[in-house]
Amino acid sequence: MTSNENQLTKKDFTSDREVRWCPGCGDYAILATVQTLLPKLGARPESTVFVSGIGCSSRFPYYMDTYGFHSIHGRAPALATGLAITRPDLDVWVITGDGDGLSIGGNHLIHALRRNVNIKILLFNNEIYGLTKGQYSPTSPLGSVKKSTPMGSIDRPMNPVSLALGAEATFVARSIDTDRQHLSEVLEAAYQHDGAAFVEIYQNCNVFNDGAFIALKDPEQRDHNQIRLVDGEPIIFGPEGEHAVVARGDGSMKIVSTEKAGDRVVVHDPSKDEPTTAFALARLAHNPVGPTPIGIFRDVRRPVYDRLLREQVEQAEAGQGDGALEELLASGNVWDVVS
Amino acid sequence: MSSTVTGDTGGRTTVQLSSAVVRFAGDSGDGMQLAGDQFTSQSALAGNDLATLPDFPAEIRAPAGTLAGVSSFQLHFSDQDIHTPGDAPDVLVAMNPAALMKHLAALKSGGTVILNTDAFTKRNLQKAGYEEDPREDGTLTDYQTHEVDLTTLTVRALEEQIEQGELNKKEAERCKNMLALGLVSWMFSRPVEETVAWLEQKFAKRPELARANISALRAGWNYGETTEAFVFHYEVKEARLAPGRYRNITGNQALSYGLVAASVRSKLPLFYGSYPITPASDILHELSQLKRFGIATFQAEDEIAAIGSVIGAAFGGSLGVTASSGPGIALKAEAMGLAVMTELPMIIVNVQRGGPSTGLPTKTEQSDLFQALYARNGEAPLPVVAAASPADCFDAAIEAARIALTYRTPVVLLSDGYLANSAEPWRLPDVDGLPDLSQAFSFATDADIKDGEFLPYLRDPQTLARPWALPGTPGLEHRVGGIEKEAGTGHISYEPENHHRMTMLRHERMTRIADDLAATQVDDPSGEADVLVLGWGSTQGPIRAACHELREQGRKVAQVHIRHINPLPKDLTDIIRSYRRVVLPENNTGQLAMLLRARTLVDIQPYNRISGQPFAAGELADAIETLGWGEPS
Repeated sequence: MTSNENQLTKKDFTSDREVRWCPGCGDYAILATVQTLLPKLGARPESTVFVSGIGCSSRFPYYMDTYGFHSIHGRAPALATGLAITRPDLDVWVITGDGDGLSIGGNHLIHALRRNVNIKILLFNNEIYGLTKGQYSPTSPLGSVKKSTPMGSIDRPMNPVSLALGAEATFVARSIDTDRQHLSEVLEAAYQHDGAAFVEIYQNCNVFNDGAFIALKDPEQRDHNQIRLVDGEPIIFGPEGEHAVVARGDGSMKIVSTEKAGDRVVVHDPSKDEPTTAFALARLAHNPVGPTPIGIFRDVRRPVYDRLLREQVEQAEAGQGDGALEELLASGNVWDVVS
Repeated sequence: MSSTVTGDTGGRTTVQLSSAVVRFAGDSGDGMQLAGDQFTSQSALAGNDLATLPDFPAEIRAPAGTLAGVSSFQLHFSDQDIHTPGDAPDVLVAMNPAALMKHLAALKSGGTVILNTDAFTKRNLQKAGYEEDPREDGTLTDYQTHEVDLTTLTVRALEEQIEQGELNKKEAERCKNMLALGLVSWMFSRPVEETVAWLEQKFAKRPELARANISALRAGWNYGETTEAFVFHYEVKEARLAPGRYRNITGNQALSYGLVAASVRSKLPLFYGSYPITPASDILHELSQLKRFGIATFQAEDEIAAIGSVIGAAFGGSLGVTASSGPGIALKAEAMGLAVMTELPMIIVNVQRGGPSTGLPTKTEQSDLFQALYARNGEAPLPVVAAASPADCFDAAIEAARIALTYRTPVVLLSDGYLANSAEPWRLPDVDGLPDLSQAFSFATDADIKDGEFLPYLRDPQTLARPWALPGTPGLEHRVGGIEKEAGTGHISYEPENHHRMTMLRHERMTRIADDLAATQVDDPSGEADVLVLGWGSTQGPIRAACHELREQGRKVAQVHIRHINPLPKDLTDIIRSYRRVVLPENNTGQLAMLLRARTLVDIQPYNRISGQPFAAGELADAIETLGWGEPS
C-alpha cells in the first residue's frame, strides 16, 4: 500500500459522472463509504481498478475517479484475475451483485476465491434483479412473489457467505450498506488482507425490494438481530447482551440465552484455518429476517495465486536463463541444408 | 511410388524412390503416433521434405481391437518439394485386424502391407467385423503382404530382460511398436541411431524400458535385414530444400513459438489464458513449458473465464492470447464483443475441428469461418487471419499480433486440427529479421492529457487506434466497458448519431488494416492461366499439389491463397474478376465462396468436402479440372 505524502480526499476518488442510481438506493451509501475510505487507507487513484459485471451495482466503476472496467454479465472476477495476475502493483476491486456474482457468474466467483487471487470482491446483495426490473434473484427468500414468480419462488436461496466459505475463500465478511462505521471497518480489513477477499453487503433496493434488511437496519429491531462478530470476543448480542451463540454437539450453532450459555459461548476466531466454525456461524441465518451474523467470518493467510504464478516464472528464468528466442526455435532435431 | 532400381546390396535390391507414403495403424494403445513421430524425425534427418497426418480417435482408449479404437499416423516423404501428407499409402503397417479393416481400402493397389499376425485372433477378427480371415480369403491378393508375428518377435527379443525380472510380458509386448518401426526403418534404409538416442532420453528414469524399446527397435531392423521375405528395400534421397537450418514442427508448436516471438519482438509480456479443448490444448502445454520467457499461463475455470482473463491482462498492458476450438469460441462470443467495444489488443485462436456441437473433436474442418467473422451480437467486426501450413502458424501468429497491436483490436487467428497436429520441415527464420512489433504501439502517457482531460477514445487519425492507457499511469484514470462509448471521451452514450458513427468507425478500422496489406501473390508459372484456384487455411498444401498435377498435364492454372479473411486484400476483387473461371475448395459447405460471391459478384465455383479429413490432392485435381474446364453447371 502506497505511502502517501499528499493526503488525498474523497474528491480525488470521485469522478465527474452524474450518479444514476434510483434516489434512495443503498448503492449511494456504499459508494460514499468507499470514496471516503480509500484515501484514508493510502490508496492511489491511478493504482486502483474497479472491475464490474452487469447490474445496478456494476455501474459503480463509472463513479470512481480510478481506472475502471464495466464488463459483461458475471465475468468481472475473470477479468480481474487476468489483471491482478499480470499487474501485482495494482489494487483490484470487483463490484458485483447477487444476480451477477451468484447466478450468471457463480463459477468465476468460486474459482477466484479458491485460487486466492489478490482481488477484493464486494457483492451487493439486494435479493432482487434491479436492472431488469424486479425478477427474483438467487438470494430471494423462498416463496418470493416477484415479476417472474407470481405464485412465489420455489428454489431455495443461496447464502453468499456459506458459498464463499465452501470455496475456501481466505477472507469472508458481511456488512450493511448504511452502517458506514461497520462497512468501513470490514472494507479496511478486506483491503489489508493478502489474497482474495469476499464481502457481502446487504443493500436495499427501495424500488423493487424495499425493506429486505429491515430486521438488521431498523433502529427498533437491529439490536435484537445483528450478531456482530468481533475477533476474540464471545458471540453475544441483543440490547442487553442477552443472547449468545453456542455450539451443538454436531458442530452446528444455535442461539440460547446468555445466562443459559454460561461458559459455552463461542469465542469468535476468524483466523482458524479450518472453515467449519465459520460455516456453522453462516448457517445461523439463511435470510436476514431474524438474528444474523455480520462482520468478518474468516480471515486466514494462504499463498496468493498471482504471487505463486510469478514465482514459477522467476524460478524458470533462474533455472533456465532468460528465454533466448533463437535457441527455442532451434530446439529439437535440426539439420542444415547447404546450397 | 515411382521408382528406379539402382543397386543390389547383399542379395537385396535397393529401389530408389522419389517419394513414399507410409501409414502406421493400430490400436490407440499400440503407440502408433509415437512410431510415426520417430519415423518422421528419421525422414527429416535424411533430408526429405515431408508432411504428416496423425489421425486418432477422440476416445483416449476405445475398447481394444475395435474399429473405433484405431489410431493412425501417415507420413509422406520425398526428394521433391511436397505439400500434402499424401493421398494413398504405399506401405501400411496394420497392428491388428481393425487397423487393416479401416485402412486397407486406402492403400495403393500393389502396395505393401505389414501385418502383425499375432493380433489376428478369432476374437480380434470378429471385433473388426471380418467374417473370414482376410489373410486367407483373397482380400490381400492385390498387395504385397508380409505377415510378421510382431508381438512374438518382440517378446523373444526381450526374453533376457523378462527372465531377469526387469520386465513382465505385458510390458515387453508394449514395445512392439518399436519393432515395427525398426522394420520400416530398415525398409527405407534409415539408420535408427537418432531414435535410440531419443529413447534413452525419454526413458532416462526407467533405463530398463529404454533398453527394452531399443532392443525391440534393433530386432525389427535386423528382422528386415535377415529375413528373406523382404526382397526390396527403398531409399528416398534428400530433397533440394532452400539452404538454411531446418527442424520439424507441428502447427500447434509453430503457433506457440509465434506467440513467444510476438512477445519477444513487442517487448510485451505474454499472458495466455485458456481452457483445455482438443485440438488446441497443446498450445497451453507448450507455453506452460516456456515460462522462462516471462510468460504467464492461466488454466481458467471455463472458456469464458479464459477470454475474460485475457481482456483483463490486455487492459493491464500484456499481450493477451486465448485459444480454443469452435465450441469454446462459441462460449467466448460475448466477451469477444466486449473486446471489440473496448478496443483492446489481443489474439483469439481457433484451432477448428469438425462441428456442429461436439462434432468431431480430433478431426479437421474449416467450418468456423463464419463464426470467426460474424458470431457475435451486434456489428462487431474484427480482423481474421488464417494460417496455411503447420510452419506458417508461426508467421500467422506474428501477423495476428502485428494487427492487434497496431490497430488496438482483438484478432481471430484461424488454425485447424490438420495444421495443429501435422508436421513439416521448417526453415528457421532469422530472429532479427522478424517484424519489430515494439514499433506497432506505445502506451499513453501524461502527454496525452489535453486541456486537463484525457480522452480514451480519441483515435490515431491513420490507424484509428485509441490510446492504450495502462492502470498505474497517473492522470489517465478512465473507465471502459461494454456500453456504447461516446467518440473521444469514451463516456457512456446512447446518442443515436454517436452510435451510428462508432459503428462505422469500427468497420472503417478494417479498411485501414486493408490499406496496409501487401499486394496479393498470384502463383501462375505460365502467366497465361484463365482459371484461378482460390483457397484459405490448411487447404494450401492440397491445392498446391493439385495445381502442380494439373500443370503437369498441361493445364494453365493460377493459385491464390488468402491469409487475411478480414479485411480481405483490396486487390482481390480485381484479381478474381480477371479469370474466366474461379474455383474455391473448402472443408466446409462454401463459406468463403459465399462471402466472395457477395463481395465480387463473380460466380465462384465452390468445391466442398466435410469429411473431417484434409483434401486428397488427386481428388482435388479432378474437381478443379471439372469445375475449371468442364461445362458450366
